[in-house]
Amino acid sequence: MLRALSRLSTSGFRSVARTRTGYSAPLASRCYSHGKVETEEEFDSRWVTYFSKPDIDAWELRKGMNTLIGYDLVPEPKILDSALRACRRLNDLASAIRILEAVKDKAGPHKEIYPYVIQELKPTLTELGISTPEELGID
Amino acid sequence: MLRLTSSRLGSLLAGRPTAALTFSIKGRAASQQSHEVSEALDMSRPMYYDRVDMPLPDKPYKDVLSEAEQKLKQKEKGPWSQLTNEEKVALYRLKFCQSYSEMRAPSAEWKTVLGGVLFFLGFTGLVVWWQRIYVYPPRPRTLEDDWKAMQLQRMLDMRINPVEGLSAKWDYDKGQWK
Repeated sequence: MLRALSRLSTSGFRSVARTRTGYSAPLASRCYSHGKVETEEEFDSRWVTYFSKPDIDAWELRKGMNTLIGYDLVPEPKILDSALRACRRLNDLASAIRILEAVKDKAGPHKEIYPYVIQELKPTLTELGISTPEELGID
Repeated sequence: MLRLTSSRLGSLLAGRPTAALTFSIKGRAASQQSHEVSEALDMSRPMYYDRVDMPLPDKPYKDVLSEAEQKLKQKEKGPWSQLTNEEKVALYRLKFCQSYSEMRAPSAEWKTVLGGVLFFLGFTGLVVWWQRIYVYPPRPRTLEDDWKAMQLQRMLDMRINPVEGLSAKWDYDKGQWK
């Protein structure tokens, strides 16, 4: 966490947002001194793979999202992209909008994270036809 | 089968510590699309909840759909760009009761709580005032000023605490406090 804060003071907006989203302490809550520490890239790709399962079912989507939101981090746009596509495969627009709301809520006081995520997801949102909560007026 | 009556549900929910984890449970009552828990909840089946830390509940908010709603669900299977904003909001409201901002919205409950506290403090004040008039016994004679003066004079005559206390502070020659 401290590393991210020192980077905050010296880096520009984009790199700050990039280091902060998806930043997690080495697999966060597990305090093991032995065992391999998962890198951020491994964490991200694990989750992208999870949501990319072609025949993902609704339960797996719910379980995945609820777990992901339980972590002490804001998920990377690529994980969210994968999750939104999973919603598309499940014909579930409401959950897609809910995911965007959850990301905004997850960012908490760091108001610059959500616009960055939306900006990164813009191509996917237009491709799939997902409106943001702001566009629908439910924010 | 686990059943929970609404009275016990109320006391369960009353103790939630933080606003972020407060949620309203809509179980089978949700299928009747009511916002009140008006009947026994079947806790052994998937329940709906509005929680900021768990975005996707176990079941949709409304699962009994009218004709128009079912048609909308069919339309959802096609490209979403063909849905109007109103239809998208309708789909959202079918699946979820409160949006995140509604969940997070502050309530005015604190005013009620503060008002209630002050009201009962005031009521207590009235009770104490009544007691002072109708319940307290008469004031003891020993607390009158003339009695206290005579008491003090007697203590000085007896040389109470003459080294460091009362009589030590009295100047016997001049008849006044040092």
